[in-house]
Amino acid sequence: MPQGGPGARPAAPEPWRDPEAVPYLRIRGLTRRFGEVTAVDGIDLDIYRGELFALLGGSGSGKSTLLRMLAGFERPDAGTIILDGQDLVPVPPYERPVNMMFQSYALFPHMTVAQNVGYGLRQEGLPRSEIAARVAEMLDLVQLGGLDRRRPDALSGGQRQRVALARSLVKRPKLLLLDEPLGALDKSLREATQFELVNIQERTGTTFIMVTHDQEEAMTMATRIAVMTDGRLAQVGTPAEVYEYPTSRFVASFLGTANIFEGIVRRAGATGALVESTALDALFQSDTDPPKPEGGRVFVAVRPEKMRIEKVPEGATHGTNRLAGTVRDIAYYGDFVMYVVALPDGSVARVSRPTETRLTALPITWTDPVAVTWPDFATVLLAQ
Amino acid sequence: MSAPAPVASGRLVRLAVLVLPYAWLAVFFLLPFLIVAKIALSEVALGIPPYAPILRWTEENVLTLVLNLGNFALLAEDRFYLDAYLRSLRVAAVSAVLCLLIGYPMAYAIARSPERRRPLLLMLVVLPFWTSFLLRVMAWIGILQDQGVLNGLLLWLGVAQEPVRLLYTDAAVYLGIVYCYLPFMVLPLYATLARLDPVLIEAAADLGARPLRAFLTVTLPLSLPGIAAGFMLVFIPAVGEFVIPELLGGPSAQLVGRVLWVEFFQNRDWPMASALAVTLLLLLVVPIALFQHLTARRTRR
Repeated sequence: MPQGGPGARPAAPEPWRDPEAVPYLRIRGLTRRFGEVTAVDGIDLDIYRGELFALLGGSGSGKSTLLRMLAGFERPDAGTIILDGQDLVPVPPYERPVNMMFQSYALFPHMTVAQNVGYGLRQEGLPRSEIAARVAEMLDLVQLGGLDRRRPDALSGGQRQRVALARSLVKRPKLLLLDEPLGALDKSLREATQFELVNIQERTGTTFIMVTHDQEEAMTMATRIAVMTDGRLAQVGTPAEVYEYPTSRFVASFLGTANIFEGIVRRAGATGALVESTALDALFQSDTDPPKPEGGRVFVAVRPEKMRIEKVPEGATHGTNRLAGTVRDIAYYGDFVMYVVALPDGSVARVSRPTETRLTALPITWTDPVAVTWPDFATVLLAQ
Repeated sequence: MSAPAPVASGRLVRLAVLVLPYAWLAVFFLLPFLIVAKIALSEVALGIPPYAPILRWTEENVLTLVLNLGNFALLAEDRFYLDAYLRSLRVAAVSAVLCLLIGYPMAYAIARSPERRRPLLLMLVVLPFWTSFLLRVMAWIGILQDQGVLNGLLLWLGVAQEPVRLLYTDAAVYLGIVYCYLPFMVLPLYATLARLDPVLIEAAADLGARPLRAFLTVTLPLSLPGIAAGFMLVFIPAVGEFVIPELLGGPSAQLVGRVLWVEFFQNRDWPMASALAVTLLLLLVVPIALFQHLTARRTRR
């Protein structure tokens, strides 16, 4: 799942690992309620200068409300937002050193591209010549030179997205907020734009906070991801950390696919932990410490791409990190094949297998008895 | 062609749809206009109808066309008519501006109110139409006259020592027109303001525009079509308004509508009245058509 996307930066500094580093944006206890619903529920979050931080979550997770509080469109019921030493909460949106790129782009339909991009600078009362120069510079950066006299309705979707980006960047904000920046683009345009957005972020050195529901977008672009659910942060970490070391079933299955089993810790030792499945007569061995002591109920997550599948004779049994079953479904994706293996207790295990060779007939087919195995490091133990 | 019949009937329907509005305009607008124009070009005569035909046979059996341009010449020469036109245009323009100043905040408030409350608020705007127009104007007489409700209140409060002259003034005419035509301003304004994406205002604020700046640079320009529509809907009928100045206005307020009425019913000078009407129509339609043409060309560009 994690392909070497634009987020894979060369020797990226990781200030969040440095306890001495001072966060650029410090959010503490941020809460917002709408009637009975608590949209954002006491969030603490530190974001460092120059990050491209992704808020990832489904609809209703509170990610957009959090972004709107940073922009100043929603007043928090409790909590503080400190950006570069300044408390933003009492500051109205038009005085915040923060700009936003809206999901619908919100371009002014009665203004040309240049007027749209220059709008923020005109509010600052800059001289005309400087506005023109900065607008031209920004339009060059987003490769829209020559379109400055067009109106938004005469632009393509991709061009509008660039105008929106240029308009929000031209004021050189301390923080740029992006609400589903690629959401309105079609798939072919999205990948190229991902790279370009990261490129622009690096060239301008601006701190980006991006809201998205698309896990691939978050994984490929972000320095770090915060997975949100029910107004809280489920987990914060680099894309690889969040994918490889999820701390909950929610995160494990929200990012990519995960097989989740339930079990009881039987042995916790120096070389990892042994978990016995309650429903299956099987054992799971991990190379990490269990989140709970012996006898505790835990969950086991295993990623499909870390599993192997092989044909076995009829009547094979489970073992340690080994499940026996029969193939129920096969989904051919082109670059990999996903096998859905029915297990004796009625549950299923999903196993993916890369198509390294040019297959014509699948070596394993429907109703074949198979065994699914995986190495110890692929066994992820979760407390919840 | 496997099914020629439906195709043919479909084409017929399409033709009918295209022709119908033009036919409507021809029968109910162009034809009456031509009749009025014909009367305007004829001479006064005793009889029914009280004007001479413009086409008639002479004794030598020659069909002659007699056009009387005297009415139009008189319109241009006599200050009385010119003043009536100018006064009507001024009254209508001032009324439309007053309607805009009152109607814009109303329309804005309705467009920004919660969606489920909007139908009620819109109904309140339209509610006065449920009573007769004439009755509502008459009611203002009861309010404004010397022994009326308003003067009673002023005397009781001690603001005035004797009744203030309110009825039969220019102010009463403006009041009546603004009161009667306000919904025609509010409704088109509401339609454009409700369609305005509130995210645009947020975007303006995000880019550093204070609320007033955001209104002036985003909301106001984007509501110009509604302003233009509302202005026309108030201005055009107000120019020819007869009932309100007749009932609420003073004797000096000679507006076109009233002059027309006098020429038609008191002087029985149908040609003169028709000339007034034709001129009024041209005064209104030509600039509006020109304006429409120009804006259409600008939007196409």
